[in-house]
Amino acid sequence: MLILHCPYCGVKGEETEFAPGGEAHLARHGPGSTDDDFKSYLFSRKNPRGVHFERWRHASGCGKWFHAARATDTLEVYATYKAQTLAPPKQVLDIIAKKRPGWNI
Amino acid sequence: MSTRIAQHGRLIDRNTPVKFTFNGQSLSGFHGDTLASALLASDQMLMGRSFKYHRPRGVVASGAEEPNALMGLGTGARFEPNQRATTTELFGGLQARSQNHWPSLEHDIGAVNTYLSRFLPAGFYYKMFMYPRAFWKHVYEPFIRMSAGLGQAPTDKDADTYEHFYAFADVLVIGGGIAGLQSAYSAARSGAKVLLLEQTAHWGGRAPVDGGHVDDKPVDTFVDELVSELESMPNVTMLTRCMGAGIYDHGYATGYQRLTDHTPGTDGPRHRLWRIRATRIITATGAIERPLSFAGNDVPGVMLASAMRDYLVNHGVTIGQRIVVVTNNDDAYRTAICLHKVGVNVLRILDARPAGGGALMQEARDIGIRIDPGRGIAKVTGGKRVKKVHICAQDGSGGALEELACDAVAMSGGWSPVVHLWSHCGGKLTWDRDLAHFRPDATRPPTGSDGSGFTSVAGCANGHMGLGDILRDAISAGKAAAKEAGFKPKKQATPQSVAADEAPLEPVWLMPRNARYSLRMKTWLDFQNDVKVSDVQLAAREGYESVEHTKRYTTLGMATDQGKLSNINGLATLANALNADIPTVGTTTFRPPYTPISMGSIGGEARDEIFQPIRRTPMHEWHEANNADFEPVGHWRRPYAFPRHGETTHDAVTREVNNTRQHLGLLDASSLGKLLVKGPDAGKFLDMLYTNMMSSLKPGRCRYGLMCSENGFLIDDGVVARIDDDTFLCHTTTGGADRIHGLMEEWLQTEWWDWQVYVANLTEQYAQIGVVGPNARKVLEKLGGMDVSADALSFMGWADGVIGGFNARVYRISFSGELSFEIAVAASQGRAFWDALMAAGQEFGVMPYGTEALHIMRAEKGFIMIGDESDGTVIPQDLGLHWAISKKKDDYLGKRAHARMAMTDTDRWQLVGLETTDGSTLPDGAYATAQGVNANGQRMTQGRVTSTYHSPTLNKGIAMGLVHHGPDRMGEVLEFPGIDGKVTHATIVNPVFFDPEGEKQNV
Amino acid sequence: MSDAISALNHAQFTGFAEVEECGLQGMITLRGDLTSKPLIAGARTAGGRDGRDGKMPKMGMAEVAISVADRNGVCWMSPDEVLVLCPYDKVEAQLMALTTKLGKTHALAVNVSDARAMFRVSGGTAAREVLAKLCPVDMSPGAFKPGMFRRTRMAQVAAAFWMDDSEDIYIICFRSVAQYVFDLLKIAAQPGSQVGVY
Repeated sequence: MLILHCPYCGVKGEETEFAPGGEAHLARHGPGSTDDDFKSYLFSRKNPRGVHFERWRHASGCGKWFHAARATDTLEVYATYKAQTLAPPKQVLDIIAKKRPGWNI
Repeated sequence: MSTRIAQHGRLIDRNTPVKFTFNGQSLSGFHGDTLASALLASDQMLMGRSFKYHRPRGVVASGAEEPNALMGLGTGARFEPNQRATTTELFGGLQARSQNHWPSLEHDIGAVNTYLSRFLPAGFYYKMFMYPRAFWKHVYEPFIRMSAGLGQAPTDKDADTYEHFYAFADVLVIGGGIAGLQSAYSAARSGAKVLLLEQTAHWGGRAPVDGGHVDDKPVDTFVDELVSELESMPNVTMLTRCMGAGIYDHGYATGYQRLTDHTPGTDGPRHRLWRIRATRIITATGAIERPLSFAGNDVPGVMLASAMRDYLVNHGVTIGQRIVVVTNNDDAYRTAICLHKVGVNVLRILDARPAGGGALMQEARDIGIRIDPGRGIAKVTGGKRVKKVHICAQDGSGGALEELACDAVAMSGGWSPVVHLWSHCGGKLTWDRDLAHFRPDATRPPTGSDGSGFTSVAGCANGHMGLGDILRDAISAGKAAAKEAGFKPKKQATPQSVAADEAPLEPVWLMPRNARYSLRMKTWLDFQNDVKVSDVQLAAREGYESVEHTKRYTTLGMATDQGKLSNINGLATLANALNADIPTVGTTTFRPPYTPISMGSIGGEARDEIFQPIRRTPMHEWHEANNADFEPVGHWRRPYAFPRHGETTHDAVTREVNNTRQHLGLLDASSLGKLLVKGPDAGKFLDMLYTNMMSSLKPGRCRYGLMCSENGFLIDDGVVARIDDDTFLCHTTTGGADRIHGLMEEWLQTEWWDWQVYVANLTEQYAQIGVVGPNARKVLEKLGGMDVSADALSFMGWADGVIGGFNARVYRISFSGELSFEIAVAASQGRAFWDALMAAGQEFGVMPYGTEALHIMRAEKGFIMIGDESDGTVIPQDLGLHWAISKKKDDYLGKRAHARMAMTDTDRWQLVGLETTDGSTLPDGAYATAQGVNANGQRMTQGRVTSTYHSPTLNKGIAMGLVHHGPDRMGEVLEFPGIDGKVTHATIVNPVFFDPEGEKQNV
Repeated sequence: MSDAISALNHAQFTGFAEVEECGLQGMITLRGDLTSKPLIAGARTAGGRDGRDGKMPKMGMAEVAISVADRNGVCWMSPDEVLVLCPYDKVEAQLMALTTKLGKTHALAVNVSDARAMFRVSGGTAAREVLAKLCPVDMSPGAFKPGMFRRTRMAQVAAAFWMDDSEDIYIICFRSVAQYVFDLLKIAAQPGSQVGVY
């Protein structure tokens, strides 16, 4: 059972306080988008063995959505960061690059 | 015979006798006994029968690893099967029953299986029960079911309570032996918060039994001092009777504390499951002695050498009068010496090593014990008790050199570190050639949230067998853990201990080395599941090369003891059969819990009334007092109907519908979701969430709206009221309130975070009551206060005011087709307002109605219900709700999806009404069949029933359904076969069955 | 206003700790920019924390005083939300005053008094233990201190709690699950179940 740090309320809590929300940084494709873009937005998800950017909500806590950069193989959590961003912040990428040399987004 | 002697017995109090029963027979032991030691003291060696062959079995171990001595404990509401006698503390009145025999432990019919064992090898069931197929259902399955299962399932409801406890520690130490105590102490001296768990009731583990000196003190004195020291440290919590059950991700661990197993019926919970988060974990879980594999090693009286020593030293019990010791290492000599010193006749030490042992051998020889190096046991004979050992050369095939009459055998095949907890969360193992065991590989520990290893090992569990080595290892583990947890360890002198000069162990995986088949098929690996050396060899011959496959094929290690004694011997046997290295073959996976834990402890407090939360409206008690039939809606309990005396539920529903249509009904609608959406961008936000236009709604007005997922599927509906320019109140379905609230937050936080909107969930702030029926206005006017006339409050309007002294918000909306007011008051006044309406409504024929009447009335009106007409595959267009989908909006959730080919397909099934030709009610969920069959030979379908009721208003069966090209096929008759084969015919009609002009609600 | 009754109407239980439903409590949810001056001033006034240069409670903290004379406070709920506590019969007036103070500031202030139930668990370290049986939170004295405010799960429902200077713990949950929470607290505080770790 994971421990996650909520970047909004500062709580370092166990997984049972949080709810997972799937892959992070999906771009919404609305009316007018191509079939391929829309299909990808709705149905295509990454399933890496390794670094994954994912969404979590502090459901039983402050209620805020945040993002986690996490390794799906070792379960290491490199960082959690606020959801109001379209891509992982540079500091987060730097942490991952340091821990996993050779890794690319 | 086994008996109690005057010497030893460090754990028992001879002044406190304890009476108990075994298979109905009254026996007596002492306070401090385990059930096993007390039975042995009463010469009760036979404690159970094996699973497959029903062979007589005695106790073989003295702790958690015991495979044989499983008991049913207690009676009635406190009965529990499969409890190990070795870990059951004796208490007055304990009732134990042995298992797996019929009619009795002494005489068992099933024991005939042992004579058939030649015909019941590994895989017997798989091979035997294949053909003929027809035999499976009535012959094989009943037979297998009859023989399956160990112990009896309890029949009564558990009388005890259980609980969880969330604990947090810098360093968690699992194991209260000398290594655990020492590492806890070394960690705690840094100031780190330490939690120390010990599965038994005693500290010190094996050290006080094995003896030795630390810093010139006897080891038990050293242990006592260490325990007192730890007890005096405020940053240390010590728990006995608390087993480290499992280690999981990110430093999570569970501790299984048995609080009242030894004092049943006392106050408080029986078990407490500790849910622990630790920065660092040290497993000081010791080691388990391995049996030796020789023929007849399962005969009662053959026991692990260390267990025999435990019973003697801890409980003052000797297992026999004439004992043979057989070993491949020096440790068993301690047992021999110990037994000899209390006057037991140790007939012989058979040491499989050609050169024998070290200093301990010399000590044994000096006190007069005969030692035969290079020898082993060809077989043990005896039925319910050891009678004789046949001695052979270890290097031979089992030709007996000598027969020796004896009544017990102490065996030792070396020690295996308890690596279970280390392995639970992915810690890797390394094979130690010298000691012939797997031990933790410190370079590959389980890793935590920061990527670093969070578990380390200390003592025997780490492969250190000498006292001095154990203490050194424990100190370094304790200091390292404290340091990694962010504390500064203190310098500490290492306690000194001089170890006896021991000769190296020599691995013995089969005794004798080239034992012939007739011996191998009597040589047990797994005692509980009756898996023998010959079975594993057969599995290897049949191609089971993976240890995991062999485990499942032979059932090796699959019993309640999970192979604590058998795993290493089993996989060594497999490795030999495959001509492979042991580390190449590897181990099976170690999974938590370490030993079985109670289901009650896992559930904790969650049982009976609080098994899951039940949500109650402010009027819940009134409903209960008025005989409501409740139905679950999410976690809410809503009244389905209110049957009166002598009424069936169906009668009640019919009465409630009729009364509401003719007079006045009250509905508790409090559970409907109420979400307040406020901000300059609230209208824009709701235009995105709902398919229709909400921003154009005028303050004071209500509008029905639909919500879709991005997939385009209908997910919720409800009435939105505009409170003021930038405030809306959105009603959701009962089940949708939390989900839709979450959805709003999700979009606002993660997509449109620059929009100025705040949401608050006010669902529970209000008690909401539907006042419904032709007399609805009259009762409100009688209560008095605000003007609820048609002019002041028109259909789809809302107003704030006072009714009968209650501050209220009144929504003029209708889900029944009747004149209807939904009235919200503060939840704390909900019950009082309900009572006021019931009292004032008497003269107008008021009756409450439940959810079934609500459903019927909405179906009569052709209103859809989320979850009936929608099921996650239905779009609003399927339901004829085009009018609620704005064409003016550029975007809303689901709009893009609605343009997909599959969504615009004119072949999608469409909503229609269905009216049975004979007035009966259509079966729920029935399909309308079409001509022909599909590729699977199933009838083609052309529609299905989504809601079906008997309409009291129309006195006939009415239904709604989705039908292929339905709206174009009015008047056509469809066939709906029921699951009973009976076909119901129904005509396609308009889904609005009642008052299509809406005359009743607009008054 | 007539006949207002809290969810469990002051139900009580005595085990190794005391559990009591606290009756009606005024509560206002206030969402907005917590650094906004009108919002801070409004929250402090409505929550009985007067003082012109006052601040919002810090992340994870609450300033609350519950006594016979006082039922006021401000609790930090999230980066854009505080919970204002006031006497139940003053809540509408306080809400009005708060709304006036907010003026045109984009914010949401709403009465949620009836949507909640409040409990007090008392008994010093015993109270901490009761909570530690139900919430995945470190309740040891070194970790959870008076003034802290924690939102978490209590068994299977959401809850929030804080501790006052006498180490009584106050719990807020949704009204519909008040009976569930009371039953949880009762079994967690049952006689004979004291853990004795703090």
